[in-house]
Amino acid sequence: MAQIYAYIAHKDGVPSDSAAELAAAARKIDATASPIAIVTGSGTELDAVCSTLRASYDEIWKIANEALSYPNAELIRKALVNVLPPGSIVLVAHEHFGIDLAPGLSVKLKSAFVSDVVGIDGVEGNSLKVVRQEFGGQVSAHVTCDISSGAVVTIRPGAFKPLESAALKGAVVDKSAGIGVLTAGRRYLETVVAEAGDVDITKHAVLVSVGRGIQEKDNVGIAQELADAIGAAVSCSRPVVDAKWLEKSRQVGSSGKTVKPKVYLACGISGSFQHLAGVKGNPFIIAINKNPKAPIFQVADVGIVDDILEFLPELTNKVREMHSVSAK
Amino acid sequence: MEILVCVRRVPDTSENEIELNGAGNDIERDELVYSINEPDNYAVEEAIQIVARVGGKVTVVTVGGEDDEEILRREMAMGANHGVLLSDDAFAGSDGRGIPVILKAFVQKGNYDLILTGVQAEDGGAQVGGMLAAMLDYPFASLVNSIEVLDGRKLKISREIEGGNREISEIDLPCVLSIQTGINEPRYVGMKGIRQVASVPIPTYGASDLGADLNTVGTAAAKVKRVDYFVPVLGKGAEMLNGSREENVEKVLELVAAKGGLK
Repeated sequence: MAQIYAYIAHKDGVPSDSAAELAAAARKIDATASPIAIVTGSGTELDAVCSTLRASYDEIWKIANEALSYPNAELIRKALVNVLPPGSIVLVAHEHFGIDLAPGLSVKLKSAFVSDVVGIDGVEGNSLKVVRQEFGGQVSAHVTCDISSGAVVTIRPGAFKPLESAALKGAVVDKSAGIGVLTAGRRYLETVVAEAGDVDITKHAVLVSVGRGIQEKDNVGIAQELADAIGAAVSCSRPVVDAKWLEKSRQVGSSGKTVKPKVYLACGISGSFQHLAGVKGNPFIIAINKNPKAPIFQVADVGIVDDILEFLPELTNKVREMHSVSAK
Repeated sequence: MEILVCVRRVPDTSENEIELNGAGNDIERDELVYSINEPDNYAVEEAIQIVARVGGKVTVVTVGGEDDEEILRREMAMGANHGVLLSDDAFAGSDGRGIPVILKAFVQKGNYDLILTGVQAEDGGAQVGGMLAAMLDYPFASLVNSIEVLDGRKLKISREIEGGNREISEIDLPCVLSIQTGINEPRYVGMKGIRQVASVPIPTYGASDLGADLNTVGTAAAKVKRVDYFVPVLGKGAEMLNGSREENVEKVLELVAAKGGLK
């Protein structure tokens, strides 16, 4: 069995949550695996990350270079190609950095590539058996990957449960000398932080969240009327922001806001994992969707197959009726 | 600027309930509504807008068969100048690595300054752009949500990173960018527009035209293979309310009141 490596992203001296998840994924590939963590960066932040990772990895490869202070996928790829032995199995988290790094890394390592893995069934001979999702999570597929010349595998964040901390005392090995000359055709300039927006959806106990099922901009008012009636805020999924029907600040998901409401009314939302990644704190989820196959019904507490454009106005009317009765 | 946009025709998940076929080895493809992969459509719109600002031409290319011509025509109706189909029996069964090998061979026959892909296909792995760039030794950026053309064969781009933040970089041309949805507002394409390009010839190139190495494409070269499909069980599943709409409305209100409180 080839050596398994896990590339660990980090920020402000703290390893990404995916560090423990990649270690768990490595042991799904091979229960006896002793995966090696690889960390790139510079200065005391990098040292802090390596130090933290000692608890969850037997060995940590530290690659320190000023040019790697900001994670530039092209530079990191060049460094990794120079230090990784042929035939390596490399795990990377499937998030914005992994999507930048992993496909090109597999080309340069001349190894196989399989992305956004949500399950691992193990290895038979040279065949790694994994599970992927397609069509927005409506169906899953068993996929085999020939790992005879190594593989780069990206792992969906949250898909693998971290193992109980083994309280290892991993060794930090400095691999900085072997990375070669680093130049890139892409240069980082700055990070622009998302605008706050008019409504802070992270502060609301009840969210009326709309997806593609709202169909057009004028219909957003239907959701707003319900939200006004029950004292909630309107949030949304990505397609609604892409279509410019609501501001980016209203978007729930991995590329939007993380919310922790008590009740989440998912209206015409299919329930992609990127969206659900932004719904935390185990809220009570009520899903209304025309498509009985929508993945949201698998994670919701209560589901209704109906057209939100008809269902929501009735809900609003009912609330108003109740209010007018109680006011008398 | 000469811009190449790599596009794909996929089952449209907003129009279809995706189900398994009887054998479980594929999705049920009869009566599926196909359309251009959504991020690819944003990529074409972006290319058209760049050319409108700085001049040049937009070419759309896809790897596939006759059925895929319809999306090339659709994108030409949007304003792409040329459509090209890369088609050969030898390409069938290519995995996510085989497709960029074919595209690379096509890119090397031309003289493109900028190559765009959509960030991901409905049934894909967000990999074609990144692999193509590495094969060409071009710089690459994924999840791009704005592009500004600078002097000196450079672009200023922004990538979508966590929490809706944007990472701004400079990137040298030629390069490959994978485009995220929401970067622009793709223009509407009417039947009239599609009729106007209905008879424009679409050149088709096969493996020998491209000089593609047949050992690196098709089923035989594929290291990643789909074995079967199944319907995932993610959670315990929702309790489905099957009452009348009125009953469901009352139940939802009860639940909202019980779990979060009404105003």
